[in-house]
This record gives sequence, C-alpha cells and structure tokens, in this order.
Amino acid sequence: MSSHSATVTTSRISPARARGFGIFFIFLAVAMAVLFGMGSGPDSATFGLNGPDQFADLPTVEIPAAGTAYFLAVVAAFLGGMQLARGFGHRIYLVLGVVVFLFIFAFLVWATEDNSLNLYGMLQSTLLRAIPLTLGAISGVLCEKSGVVNIAIEGMMLFSAFMGVIIGSASGNLWIGLIGGALAGGVLSSVLAVLSIRYRVDQIIAGTVLNIFALGITSYLTARVLVEYQNLNNPGTFRQFSIPIVSKIPLIGPLLFRNNILIFLTFVLVGAVWFGLNKTRWGLRVRAVGEHPKAADTVGINVQRVRYRNVIMGGVVAGLAGAYLTLGSVGRFDENMTAGKGFIALAAMLFGRYNPVGAFGAALVFGFAESLQNKLAILNVGISSELLAMAPYLATLLVVAGVVGRTRVPAADGVPYVKE
Amino acid sequence: MKVELRGVTKRFPGVVANRDVNLTVSGGEVVALLGENGAGKSTLMNVLFGLYEATEGEIYIDDQKAEFSSPADAIAAGIGMVHQHFMLIPVFNVIENVMLGLEETKGMGRLDEDKASERLLSLSREHGLQVEPYAVIEDLPVGVQQRVEILKALYRNADCLILDEPTAVLTPDEIRDLIGVIQSLKDAGKAIIFISHKLKEVLEIADQIVVLRRGEVVGTTTPSETNEQELATMMVGRDVQLEVSKTPSEPGTAVLRVTDMHVRDDREVKVVNGVSFEVKAKEILAIAGVQGNGQTQLIEALTGLRKVESGNVTLGDEDVTGASPATLFKMDVAHIPEDRQADGMIGAFSIADNLVLNTYRERPFSKGILTDRSAIQRSATKLIEDFDIRTPSARSPASTLSGGNQQKMIVAREFTHAQRLLIASQPTRGLDVGSIQYIHARIVAQRDEGAGVLLVSSELDEIMALADRIAVMCAGEIVGVLDRADATREKVGRLMAGVRDEAPRPPSPPVAEGEGS
Ligand SMILES: Nc1ncnc2c1ncn2[C@@H]1O[C@H](COP(=O)(O)OP(=O)(O)OP(=O)(O)O)[C@@H](O)[C@H]1O
Ligand SMILES: [Mg+2]
Repeated sequence: MSSHSATVTTSRISPARARGFGIFFIFLAVAMAVLFGMGSGPDSATFGLNGPDQFADLPTVEIPAAGTAYFLAVVAAFLGGMQLARGFGHRIYLVLGVVVFLFIFAFLVWATEDNSLNLYGMLQSTLLRAIPLTLGAISGVLCEKSGVVNIAIEGMMLFSAFMGVIIGSASGNLWIGLIGGALAGGVLSSVLAVLSIRYRVDQIIAGTVLNIFALGITSYLTARVLVEYQNLNNPGTFRQFSIPIVSKIPLIGPLLFRNNILIFLTFVLVGAVWFGLNKTRWGLRVRAVGEHPKAADTVGINVQRVRYRNVIMGGVVAGLAGAYLTLGSVGRFDENMTAGKGFIALAAMLFGRYNPVGAFGAALVFGFAESLQNKLAILNVGISSELLAMAPYLATLLVVAGVVGRTRVPAADGVPYVKE
Repeated sequence: MKVELRGVTKRFPGVVANRDVNLTVSGGEVVALLGENGAGKSTLMNVLFGLYEATEGEIYIDDQKAEFSSPADAIAAGIGMVHQHFMLIPVFNVIENVMLGLEETKGMGRLDEDKASERLLSLSREHGLQVEPYAVIEDLPVGVQQRVEILKALYRNADCLILDEPTAVLTPDEIRDLIGVIQSLKDAGKAIIFISHKLKEVLEIADQIVVLRRGEVVGTTTPSETNEQELATMMVGRDVQLEVSKTPSEPGTAVLRVTDMHVRDDREVKVVNGVSFEVKAKEILAIAGVQGNGQTQLIEALTGLRKVESGNVTLGDEDVTGASPATLFKMDVAHIPEDRQADGMIGAFSIADNLVLNTYRERPFSKGILTDRSAIQRSATKLIEDFDIRTPSARSPASTLSGGNQQKMIVAREFTHAQRLLIASQPTRGLDVGSIQYIHARIVAQRDEGAGVLLVSSELDEIMALADRIAVMCAGEIVGVLDRADATREKVGRLMAGVRDEAPRPPSPPVAEGEGS
C-alpha cells in the first residue's frame, strides 16, 4: 500500500518521448553492433572476477568479443522494440539504465579483446570514485528538495577536506578529524542558508562566492601553513574492515563489504535519505516546502526553519564527502583537490532526478567513466585513451540532454519565501 | 462556535486595506462578504487566518481574545480557509495534501497514509465531498481540487470555514455541488464566511450579507431584505447598470477564419477535434461551454502558446497557423489570457511596467534604445484612472494588487493597442459587478470601432450580454452555432451539456449529394 507515496519519481511520459526512448535504444543497439561487433577481431576477452579473501575463487571468464557485442546489441534492440510496441511505462528509466549498461559493457568487451582485464579492480575503483560524488549529490538533494539551490557543494567539499586534515592531524584522531570536516561543511552551508533564506541573496551568486572563498582560503593556507608544517598534513586514513561472512562472498563480498567506515556510511545515507524523503513526515514537509512554500505555510509549517535545517544538513553531508577525499582515501590535502567533483556531484543529482538512489546510480556511471580512463591506457587499445574516455561521458551527455530531458525540478527551487 | 473580528485595521504601505472592521459569524450560519475588487475582503480573511497581522483590532473566538501570529494558531483555534488561489501542492496526491502539517505516523515518523485516508473518506462521505485519495492534484479538475481544499480544512476540525471566491473558477454544475456542500456544513453547525462577486449565489445561500467598500463595512443586510441591484449599489457607492447597452451588430468581412483545427493538451490527449468557425469584423463571437471542453487549448493554439496539430488559421488573407504571439501582436491581435498570474503579468514588475509589456518597444514609450519613463508613467496613470485599478501608486509591484485588480490591469493593457481582433478568455473572471459592466462596455466599444471579437466564457450571463453569435463547444467540438436573437439560456445550456439540436440545420452552402463527389 505504501507504494502510493512515491510520487516524487512518477512523472508522465508522453507518447512522443516514449517513442524517443525506443528509437534511442535501437540506435544504441545498432551502434553496438557496428562499432563493437564488426569492430572486433576473432579473439576473446578475458575477465578476472576475484577480489581478496573469498570463500572460493570464481573461474576466469573468457568470452568471444564480437559474439558478445552482437548478443548485447540484440538484447538492446529487443528492449527498444518492446518499448516501441507497448512501452515500459514509468519503469522506463530503469530500462534506460540497463541499456546504457549493456552499451558500456559491450564497449569494455571490445576494448578487452585479445587481452585480459580484472573486472573486480575496475568495479572497486568505480565504487571508490562514486563515493564522494554520491555524498555530494545527496547534499544537493537535501538542499534543493527544500527549495534552496546549492552550487557550493564543491566549495564545501574542498573546505571540509582541508579542515578534516588539519583537525585530524592536530588531534591525532581520525574521528575528530571527520567530525571537524563535517562541521566545517555545516558552517559553510550555514552561511549559504543565512544569505539565501534570510537575506534572499541570489542563490547562484551566494554559492559561487562560497566556492571562490573555499578555494582561496584553502590554497592560501596550504601554501602558508601545510607546506611549512608537514605534520599537519598527515592524519592517516580510516582503515578498511570486513563485515564477517558476507565479505567472503565471491566478487560482491570484497566489493561491498570490505571497505572503510565512510563507504559504509554512504550506503546507509543513500537508503536513509531516500526513505526519509519519501516515506516520513519530515520528507513530506521538506518536499512541500520545496514545491509550494506558501501552501506549506498555510498548514502551519515553518518554511524557513525547514530550509535552514535542510541546508545545514546538506552542508554536513558535503563535509563528509570532503572528509572522504582526505581521511577516507589519500590521507593528505592538496591544493584544489576536489577539482570539480562537487559540480559532477551536482550533475549526478540531476541525472538521478533528485533521488538519492538515482544519484548513487548516476555517480557510479561517472565513477566508471573515470576508472575506465585509467584502465584503457593499460589495455593498450588503438585509440588514444583520452579520446576513448570521452565515450561514456558522451553517452551520459546524450542520456541527460536528449532522453531523460526535463527532470522535474522542485517548483520553488531557488525561490526565496517572503511571508507578507 | 462564534468568531468575531473587532475593530480590525490593516495597513499596507500606502493603503489602508481594512479600516475598523467588525464582523461576527456563528456556528450554523453563512455570512457572505461582498465588496468591489480591492475592497479588502481577502486581506481581512488573511488576518483572521493568521497570515497577516492586523495593524489594529482584535479577534475573539467564543468571546475569548485570540492572538494569531501564524496560520498554525488559527488552525488550532478551529479556523480553516480555502484561498482564492488554491494552496495545494500539484505533485502531491490528495492524501498527502490533506494530511500535510498534521500527519498520521507509525513508528520512525513513517507516514500512515491508510489511516489518514480512512479519516478523509469518512469526512468525505459525511459532507458529500467525493475524492479519490490517491489521485495526484495536478490531474484533477478545479472543482475537485476545491473539494480537497475544503476537506483539508475539515480534516483539521475547522469549525469556521472561510471560502474566498470559491465559485469564480467553477462550472455551473460544480457550483451546484458546492452550494449543496455549504448547506450540509451549515447543518453540521459550522460557521461559514463566503466571498463572491456573483450576487445571485450570495442571495441564495447567505444568512447575513456584509458589504465592504474601500476597506470599511458599509452595510449589513439579509437576502430577504435586499436584491441584486441594491447590493451592487451598496458595493460601488453609486447606481450601477447591470446590463450593457448594445446595438445590433453590422458584421463586416471575416477577420479570423479557423478551419478544421485539432489540438492536443499537455498529456497529448486530443482535446480540440476539428473545430471550424469565423469571426467577422464588428461582431462578437462568443464560445460558450463548460470549462474543460477544449476552449483553453483552442485559444492557446490560436494565440501561439500551443502547437496546432492540424488545421488552418487565417487572419484576413494571411495564414497565421502556429504564428508566434509577437507576430500576432504586430498584426494587431490583442489577447486577454485566461490564467492571468501565469500568462498575463510579471508580479515583481511595477504596475506601470506591466501596462507597457506589449508596447514598450514602440513610441512614445521608447526613444532609440532608451525607454521614456515619464511617458510610461503618464500612460499608466491614465489607465489606472480609466479602468479604476485600485492601487496606491503605479510604481507598486503588480503582485500587491487584489485578484480582480490584476485582471483589470491586464485588460487595460490589451485595450491600449489598436485592434483588428480581440481574443478575450474569461475577461471578467473574479471581477466585481461595476468592473464587469465597464469591461463589457469597452468590449462592445471595440466591436463598434471595427474589431472582431472572439470571447470565451463559461459564464452564461456574460455570453448572453455580449454575444452577437454564440458557438457552443462541448467535448472538443463545436456542437452548434446560434444567432443571439435565436439563443435562449435554455438552448445554450442544453448544447453546453452536449445535447445537439434535434434537427440539425443543413450545412451551408449545401453540397450536392451523390456518389463520386
Ligand atoms: N501584500 C500586499 N502589499 C500591499 N498592498 C496589498 C497587499 N495585499 C493587498 N494589498 C492591497 O490591499 C487592498 C485590498 O486587497 P484585497 O486582496 O484584500 O482585495 P479583495 O477585496 O480581496 O479584492 P478581489 O475581489 O479583487 O480579490 C488592495 O488595494 C490591494 O492593492
Ligand atoms: Mg480577493
């Protein structure tokens, strides 16, 4: 019965758009057949599937490159045909995800022809790269669902990555560093909240100012302080640990259940924020405030308070994203180390249609694209790896611009609420 | 329950919206609040609902003084309000809208929709307010949305219900239903405050009538002591003519010709199905019909706001099928849109700027690349005067105007431009009797000066008062065209309900029958 409440993600799909999806699927199928099927030689692609410390190892998979590409193309074409014939209704976005995945997989098989690739390593690096993007996207979801645009995720991540390192190193305690980083994100987002909610400053401008501030202050302090006192830039990293038993399941076990605390926390947050937004009183009120603040006001909801709370929560989550980059990953701060991740997180939020689970999926796509770039160099494909690495981004761009098209933005997103 | 406003004054910068107003309503009673556009009705109700804070004065509930600093306080005191512009969240379903702010939960703050829906359905049965709990608001017709608004108030145990112009957007059938609901609420002992510009309705359901003029109470009466004419006079402060005087039309050549037009709505459902008609110079063609029968999309397609699926539109000799609003404007087509807040104005702009939205590029408002502020200001002052737009200044933001005055502003702007064709959708929705009379007279004057007028209205009174010919639209088709002289309310009403003429007239010019044609 509770399925009724998931109105956030239901949006009508016009016949023209439904047809567009079908045609797009078939287009991808043809591309797969031509590029990866005809483009492959007679050899096989070999995939390793094993991580460390499993119950048993999986056999190495060896599949014919051309045949696999044709097979995947047929599956994609079949899904396209189904869509044209009767349509998948609102499940279309899931199907879209499947088809895009098929395409990427076909690409990978083609690239691996006459070669071998450890798929486990690839998936692991995908996940690790997706983590900060996911956290950043969740930060965006929290803010924008309540009606405040947050383009300062980048700045918040950078600032808290920095603060996490300093506080963690100075206190000698990673946990204190993590809390410090999260709070640093919260502080920066409080500034965003006050500027945009209380003083109704244009939210894009406020966010931009915060980004510039974060970059400026961290660069300055890196040059001035961290270079001199190297021990302030050495907090160590959270160790990974295994969840007993499940971590020994081949492939999935080490991939999902052998990680550090911040990654587990991200998994929990994805589920918790989705659940909170869609199933609870808190979420209903947040969405109401983001859609129609005046209506929320007339039923006695304190619009400003809801917005403050969400923006600050969003800042804390962006803070975790920043702390992950340093304390959860490389263990040191470098100037401008976020390098646009906060903006990619924003794209993941949009691609994920303001849904934490969707955003996680989108972050995985972006994460995969990044790790692909590294792997392709090793595989030694004929084309320059930079050029190849563009392919998944191109696919994403196509999907975002042409097929997913209009995401339903919260109606009052970015609009300050004035009472009288 | 007894609700009392004592000596309420509400000032906005430059305006006194309410001055020393006293108003009492008790359980089991319907009080109608009447007044011109901008008289201060909505403001007064917003004070009672805690949205505005009164500058002076007090609110008493059952003889106890009450302080409302937010709607939450008013709701807690048993007051519910259905706003002039609905306060529903379009992407939420009925249950979510109804329980918002007063959610049923089960463990961990999880929403309990089933429990809420049980309560909603029992209320809905009790008062004859049918709704589908899991339907999404944006898919529902306005009449049903309004039921949701009423249920929302009842769900909060409102004993006093404020209805701000509830009938302005309803179809005649929906108005019937609403009046039944109000009767049932009254019998259940609720106190009701009802705001409307439709004097007939007011006389039908009110127990008490309170008239506001320029923020002050100018009279209190009961339906048995008064009549429409007297109420109109009381509201306006002078005698008003309720009928427009109009000479028979002398139609000229066709200005607008629409042939076999097909249009789809946002959900790709075909809502205009092969409509053809023409509007001649110096005539008013009215499209009558219950709202939601394709009129809205037809007009949007004609004015370049929606795609024409197939068919042909010509203006004079030129093909204007799918022409943009700007092109049509250059060809002297004026348009008064139906959804004034969305399509007709920019709320944050001043009234003066809104009045030149269509002409600011032309002389005298523009000199080279600069605009002439003083010319704009002068023209605005004149229009505000002519159309009786109630505002402290032409520089006030348009969003501070009362609902009816926003409408007058848009109408004034569209009339400033030389016209060949005037397309007016519901031009007097939400206007008071005096303003309706004035705008009707202006429309007739436009016609007499040679313009063709295409009027769309769901008000039968308006159709009968203005039309030279009446085309009735039902389910996306024109089901009959009548000359004003042949049209009676009954005939038009029957056509609107979809009952076609018993003996359809042969199409003219007659086509030879036979094979091979
Ligand atoms: N927020 C505001 N700021 C400034 N002036 C306002 C504001 N709201 C209303 N007013 C002014 O107060 C007066 C009363 O407006 P109100 O909306 O109460 O009229 P109304 O009687 O409801 O009219 P209508 O029948 O057109 O809805 C108008 O002159 C309006 O311009
Ligand atoms: Mg009003």
